[in-house]
Amino acid sequence: MSEESKPIGGEIFTKPFKVLMAFALFAAVLVIVRLFYGLGLVTSMSDGYPWGIWIAYDVVAGTAVACGGYAMAILVYMMNKGEYHPLVRPALLASMFGYTLAGVSVMFDIGRYWQAYNLFLPKYANPNSILFEVALCIALYSLVLWLEFIPAFLEGIEKHKKDVPKFVQNWDVRGLRKFWNKVLFIFIAVGILLPTMHQSSLGTMMVIAGKKLSPLWQTGFLPLLYLISAITMGYAIVIFESIYSSKGLKRPLESDMLAKLSGIIPWLLGIFLVVRFVGIISQGGLGSIFQFNKNTLMFIIEIALFVYPLMVLMNKGNQTRPRALFLSAASLLLAGSLYRFNSYLIGFNPGPGWGYFPSFTEIMITLGIISFEIMAYLYIVKKFPVLPKTEHA
Amino acid sequence: MEIKRRDFLKVAAAGGLMMAANAGPALARDQKARITGAVGLLYDSTVCVGCKACVSACKQYNETPPSFSSSDELWDNPLDNDSKTYNHIKLYKDGTGEVKDREKDGHAYVKRQCMHCVDPACASACPVSALKKDEKSGIVTYNKDACIGCRYCQVACPFNIPKFEWEKALPQIRKCELCSHRLKKGDIPACAEFCPTGACIFGAVDDLLAEAKKRLAYKPGEYQNYPVERVNGKQVTERLVTPYIQHVYGEKEGGGTQVLYLAGVPFQKLGLPDLEEKPQAQVSETIQHTIYKGMIAPIVFLGGLVYIVHKNTKDE
Repeated sequence: MSEESKPIGGEIFTKPFKVLMAFALFAAVLVIVRLFYGLGLVTSMSDGYPWGIWIAYDVVAGTAVACGGYAMAILVYMMNKGEYHPLVRPALLASMFGYTLAGVSVMFDIGRYWQAYNLFLPKYANPNSILFEVALCIALYSLVLWLEFIPAFLEGIEKHKKDVPKFVQNWDVRGLRKFWNKVLFIFIAVGILLPTMHQSSLGTMMVIAGKKLSPLWQTGFLPLLYLISAITMGYAIVIFESIYSSKGLKRPLESDMLAKLSGIIPWLLGIFLVVRFVGIISQGGLGSIFQFNKNTLMFIIEIALFVYPLMVLMNKGNQTRPRALFLSAASLLLAGSLYRFNSYLIGFNPGPGWGYFPSFTEIMITLGIISFEIMAYLYIVKKFPVLPKTEHA
Repeated sequence: MEIKRRDFLKVAAAGGLMMAANAGPALARDQKARITGAVGLLYDSTVCVGCKACVSACKQYNETPPSFSSSDELWDNPLDNDSKTYNHIKLYKDGTGEVKDREKDGHAYVKRQCMHCVDPACASACPVSALKKDEKSGIVTYNKDACIGCRYCQVACPFNIPKFEWEKALPQIRKCELCSHRLKKGDIPACAEFCPTGACIFGAVDDLLAEAKKRLAYKPGEYQNYPVERVNGKQVTERLVTPYIQHVYGEKEGGGTQVLYLAGVPFQKLGLPDLEEKPQAQVSETIQHTIYKGMIAPIVFLGGLVYIVHKNTKDE
């Protein structure tokens, strides 16, 4: 693995990095305010809309966008497509941060955070609760992602032997790495199982909302739809990041690999859309499409964002065009995120008199978390062997 | 990338399995039956005069603070159920509002509190069993020591009953627990004890349901005895029967509730949701238990994964 990846080096405290830091610090201050004065002061959430963007974006859409590691693991380790190996590590890293920070934002969101460990106490366990399964799975998967990333850290330590603290220098890093690579397959397997479970269950979560969720989104197929779209978004984020980092960090593009990868997407999207409409029809929700209200509009945008990458990527020629690839991947990420927003917030109607639009401070905390995520990503790809080694022609 | 036929079949088969799992009725969780000996309330909107004695008694015996809605903050006047108001009386009014319990140009009262569902969505949703249905009384109780404040109960409840203390640094979920603390001492829920007209009465759900059905058979215009405080108590009041909608709300709605309603105007006009007879907790748990029955599917899947991943990473 070490032959494929390499730290890219360079200055850490660049200008964009400092801007991100400012956002993160502002969010940190707001989080302190939230801890002392309650959720009501910093958010627009209410008894009618008890979940806002911290759940819909940070957790539900955020972990789906962070499915790159999962989607690549399916391809490389389950389907045995070794040629995609160089894309695994950057995907894994983004997943690691996506999930870890989803976990962190949940801690700000839940009211009685000091009792969060109750989730792990058998006396309080409720196996009927979809959230119980989701919470355990996400916590465990975040841990597994860090464990899967250990080889990269160990390689980093080996390369910078002189820079690390004394006690670390005495470690048998090589031996440790060899041992870890031997047992890693177990964590990789668990790392495929857990997202399969919780990404589908994130969909099941809204089943219990019943009629509060519009029939355009409420269906027994929610788990299947969430699972397929999460995997599809996983491939989209790998393509997106790969093209973006090749431009931003001025590196050559892995075009062959991306072309092949993008060929999987139309298949998944096709299945998704069929099940999506079967779900609506079985709920008798077809009429809701023609009501021409806010839900109709958001539904049409969502479906259009799903159909666009399907149309573009069905054309084989487009699979090698970076621009078409980039736009398709971006559209798909937006589509999947909007699908999640729609089924958690926009299509959710607790009854007359309730409304929700995120407050400024609520949005700033989310932006702070995203900023922190990007900062950590940049730091690690510069210091540790994550991104594929560039070929010198 | 060319998708090999074999790979596509694999994906399709996996998708098919999931679909089958989603739709499979074979492992469906049974609908929950009413607990024998369960207790509840019968609220008769035609008897209620909207005095709100129940609201104030509820506040007094549950020690909940006033809920202000005017800027002088001198008057406890909640606009809706909230974290300080477990029980509330609302008014339906149409047109001139002149005739009580008439849909058109009439008005009617409705009492809102926890319905103590037979199959409560909140208890199914709660990841830490903070909301639980008592095995004997069927009362849906709250344990703040278990609660993590995730608010999934609020998302799940079709009646929007659990309320969260948004303004507090150390918040709790608040809702009616049918005065469990008073029942322990042999008293009845404060709202029933302090209702002067007998619009809200306490009792075993079976008795309440029988009383409700008896009332539906009464003829408008005749005088009948209506029990006060308790369904089978000694205290009764004679009153003129007014027309009923021929339906007991809560007998079957959402799998049934332990708080039952009678009214003279359609229940949806009073803000009670139009629910399927199948409780949503059953729908949700059926999906979950079909996929995760005994954790067999995940364990088999993991076993397969460990084998495949091990094989595919061996040569590294």
